Amino acid sequence: MSPRIGVITFPGTLDDVDAARAVGYADAEPVALWHADADLKGVDAVIVPGGFSYGDYLRCGAIARFAPVMSSVVEAAGKGMPVLGICNGFQILCEAGLLPGALVRNEKLHFVCRDQWLRVENNTTAWSTRYDAGAEVLIPLKSGEGGYMADQATLDRLGGDGRVVFRYVGGNPNGSRNDIAGICSENGRVVGLMPHPEHAIDALTGPSDDGLGVFYSALDALVPSA
Amino acid sequence: MARVVVDVMPKPEILDPQGQAVAGALPRLGFHGVTEVRQGKHFELEVDDSVDDETLAKIAEGLLANPVIEDWTIRRIEA
Repeated sequence: MSPRIGVITFPGTLDDVDAARAVGYADAEPVALWHADADLKGVDAVIVPGGFSYGDYLRCGAIARFAPVMSSVVEAAGKGMPVLGICNGFQILCEAGLLPGALVRNEKLHFVCRDQWLRVENNTTAWSTRYDAGAEVLIPLKSGEGGYMADQATLDRLGGDGRVVFRYVGGNPNGSRNDIAGICSENGRVVGLMPHPEHAIDALTGPSDDGLGVFYSALDALVPSA
Repeated sequence: MARVVVDVMPKPEILDPQGQAVAGALPRLGFHGVTEVRQGKHFELEVDDSVDDETLAKIAEGLLANPVIEDWTIRRIEA
């Protein structure tokens, strides 16, 4: 039976359909999860997709963090379930305390929408094992509040412990500290990134299929190799 | 009942591009001498007398502000 990967929809979510499509491309079964329902429907992993949950009111991700489904996600993550936060999902995971730091308004204020080169800095997380360490991948970035911020002690810890998973290369698009595009939890099961791997799974609809590796990696994390 | 004002400001070490944009616009409008602008949020809460300072602090820290990037202050304005 193929692994079941949940994709959450909040009011204002945009990229749940693309995320579910990416899960399907990776031969896993996408399962729709609803913000107001705490039931994770027995999924093996969860994706918190991009968009503008609750209209980004107060702060990006600040309201979504209190959705019933998020209590279940936090609990499941505590037991080691792989969780991926993309863009607004990354912001939500930071607000929920599953990942350290916060995302702030882009340095130049402009909403950035472009195909962005990233370097895979850690290929041992639940969402990055299919990449070669140091591989450079082309993934769309589309966000207005994508600047990763944390205090110096946190940045030092993330860097020292190899918890920076993706880094921007070829120029920092949004003022993220240390060019950080994505980070992971201590155990490497929870990953958040601002760029959108679900938009880069097919050369017909994206700049590359470089994003597919993220979703295939989750399969490896769920199905221990024989 | 009391009115409670919570002000939330970006921490000094956090870049505030919105404040910078405002500061940059002022000279273009002919206003000179403003050397820095920081932009934050201002909340006005109407609260029962049963809500104590400790609870207000939890509200500010737990929801209104993100302590990773923002500082907050609370003022009670008696009705």
